[in-house]
Amino acid sequence: MVQAGEPAPEFTLRREDGSEFTRADLDGRTTVLVFYPFAFSRVCTDQLNLYDEVLDELEAKGATLYGVSCDAPYSQSAFREKLGVRIKQLSDFEPKGATCRAFGAYHEGGFPQRALVVVGPDGIVKWSYQAASPSELPGANLIFDGLAAGAA
Amino acid sequence: MPPDLGSAPVPPTGPDDHVRGPEGAPLAIEYADFECPFCAALSARLAGAELRRVFRHFPIRSSHPRAWAAACAAEAAAVQGRFWEMHDLLFSDQGRLEDPHLWDRARALGLDLDRFERDRRSDEARVRVRRDFESGVRAGVVTTPAVFAAGRLYAGQIDVAALERVS
Repeated sequence: MVQAGEPAPEFTLRREDGSEFTRADLDGRTTVLVFYPFAFSRVCTDQLNLYDEVLDELEAKGATLYGVSCDAPYSQSAFREKLGVRIKQLSDFEPKGATCRAFGAYHEGGFPQRALVVVGPDGIVKWSYQAASPSELPGANLIFDGLAAGAA
Repeated sequence: MPPDLGSAPVPPTGPDDHVRGPEGAPLAIEYADFECPFCAALSARLAGAELRRVFRHFPIRSSHPRAWAAACAAEAAAVQGRFWEMHDLLFSDQGRLEDPHLWDRARALGLDLDRFERDRRSDEARVRVRRDFESGVRAGVVTTPAVFAAGRLYAGQIDVAALERVS
């Protein structure tokens, strides 16, 4: 897992519209990457539902939050629409899990670990957290703790 | 500037909390959502428990589109001194949470309907519900129902007897 103080690795993800989202897209703003195992799974559903409720508070802190999984962009869009959440999705579909691996957040079962990464406007990782198991849902409070730790 | 949502202990019971149950019984602070079926089930199981219950709102809009409306309706009933009655009526029939169903409940409780309608749409109700939600987020609540008893967070399959045993 990437640790605070390390530069974010080079990576390429796909936005829901298929366009590329790379390390350069992190520049100049605070980014929260939420690696989650599977679209439509139970804990991931609860997780995105919960985080969606605090997007305004995150925005007020200048942070943009993204959901990252190995699902295809179409599946991620369907998931987001089914839940009715605003959280933008980034796909690590092909080569599968390459970005998750670069961040040290790939589960050997073939899906992302449940992990949170805060990257500062300078492209440096400010804070990271990996759940003890994919079934653990990290509280939204941890994201705010991570932002505070990164700002300190 | 919105409040910070970093980790903080669950707030102790305050004067405007909704509390019921005998004084001196073990305290159980619930975070719940009126549209959540697991919350309704827990509430039914807690009904006969030897507990002093505190209810706090934790509505999740995306999964439960009427959770906020229901929470604000309960707060509007609270203004007229009937929070727990509305709480019970909301949980008793989660398939009926549209506005006319909320008015039916207000009528059944003999509430002043104009006042109820004004109060449930008020900033005070919204601020109150959101304040509960935020205190839950800070304390690490992630799903409903969640219960704090003796400083510990219980979630998922909550054992009511275990709550009664803590002091």
